[in-house]
Amino acid sequence: MTNVRIAGTGLTPFGEHSGRTGRDLFAEAGLDAVDGAGVDPADVDRLYYGNFMGELAEHQGHQGPLVAEAVGTTAPATRVEAACASGGVAVREGVEAIRSGTADVVLVGGAERMTDMGTEGATDGLSIAADDLYEIGAGITFPGAYALMASAYVEANDVDADDLAHVAVKNHGNALPNEKAHFRSEITIEDAVEAPRVATPLGLYDACPISDGAAAVVLVSEDYAEANDVEAPVSVTGTGQGGDRLALQDRDSLWRTPAAEDAAAEAYADAGIESSDVDCAEVHDCFTIAEVLATEALGFFEPGEGLAAARDGRTARDGDLPVNLSGGLKAKGHPVGATGVAQIAELTELLAGEHARSDAVENASVGVAHNAGGTVATATVHVLQAEDAEVDA
Amino acid sequence: MRHDGYDDLLDAIEEGNGFYLACPEDHGSLPPRRVCPECGSRELAEAPLPDSGEVVAATTVSVAGPQFADDAPYVTAIIDFGPVRLTGLVRDVDGEPDPGTVVGVGVAETVTTGDRVVAFRPR
Repeated sequence: MTNVRIAGTGLTPFGEHSGRTGRDLFAEAGLDAVDGAGVDPADVDRLYYGNFMGELAEHQGHQGPLVAEAVGTTAPATRVEAACASGGVAVREGVEAIRSGTADVVLVGGAERMTDMGTEGATDGLSIAADDLYEIGAGITFPGAYALMASAYVEANDVDADDLAHVAVKNHGNALPNEKAHFRSEITIEDAVEAPRVATPLGLYDACPISDGAAAVVLVSEDYAEANDVEAPVSVTGTGQGGDRLALQDRDSLWRTPAAEDAAAEAYADAGIESSDVDCAEVHDCFTIAEVLATEALGFFEPGEGLAAARDGRTARDGDLPVNLSGGLKAKGHPVGATGVAQIAELTELLAGEHARSDAVENASVGVAHNAGGTVATATVHVLQAEDAEVDA
Repeated sequence: MRHDGYDDLLDAIEEGNGFYLACPEDHGSLPPRRVCPECGSRELAEAPLPDSGEVVAATTVSVAGPQFADDAPYVTAIIDFGPVRLTGLVRDVDGEPDPGTVVGVGVAETVTTGDRVVAFRPR
């Protein structure tokens, strides 16, 4: 089975791009990735594209060939939809296409255009990741669903919901030098705790913004990289995906995410690593509680101990396991279909020493990306390793 | 638009005859359903929904989608009825009910659209 290398990355700034289409956003990111990789677009064998709400936001379906055309290829192109994990699943499809030997060069990307929908429209659009009959019709919004998970976490573990503010403050701080981030402003614990509640116990600063943006990465086989002198020092060495019941009411626990636990176990086994080998992680912090649950599902902390770990600075830039050095969804932004791909792009740059926050993880060799769909009914985990990395399996 | 199965459940709750679907292994689920999601059995039969349930988790939603814009702020909660859990609005409460609070189930109309919605009230 061939090694899958990351040859190029591309990101638009995440934020408001009113008036720009998804295809244009993706063209910017996709062409950056292809140009950076030094790959001829004609060499692209496949394209996998994450997008969640194109029909609602842009009245546009069948986006695979549309975005392929936008970057100058007619390679077979498939749109991947898995709610907020659309990008992560697209990456997994790309990795597996190369591993299977059916492709040497895969352009993986994603984009979402959300801000033109307005807060009410985007809230409605995001909600359709939940169960329409059992949840949406009962008034569940995306923040509302995570608020129920946060409430259950607080109740089960006898912890203080105000401590979630530490996650928000950390990720805003991490995003400060990230030129692609939606929010580049510091906030304080008081700002977060005293902000208006969106859905109790979650407030305005517990939630990621509504963002426009696109991301892309070029994956190549090791053979292709060597034959074409493509410089690609970071590889995807592990991939995993897990699933769960769609509606929160049907889960055994409201505050555990077994889909992510399963995805992590599969990805770690695939890469031959343990959670203790991980140097840094980009996790799906659409809400502050989501980052806490992610760090537990990834095995960094025991169930129920992730919030205390965040409060104590263990996931901070100078902590023993920096999480979301990019700013995460919370501050970098969350254009849904782009998010899972953007995590791979940011991690690649972190491990290559080319990221604005690489100094926080000098000599890092192993990074993990965790991407969650809905209330984690879908989850993907990918392990990235820098070339020459030595890991005790 | 009517959703066969789920609207049948709302009709039944309105009439005081709420039900859920039970498989031979006593797993509970809600309609519409052709397969028990726990064990895969296709032998599903209607069983009476318990008269009351307990709050698992609740939240007050302040930022709503268009279907609930005029309802906000509103309390929504997941209620454990034993064999099944239901999600719906909680009416006649101040703030969110604590976990373990006992509620009964009914059907109400939303302020925004007048659509039917599962609604819980303290017992």
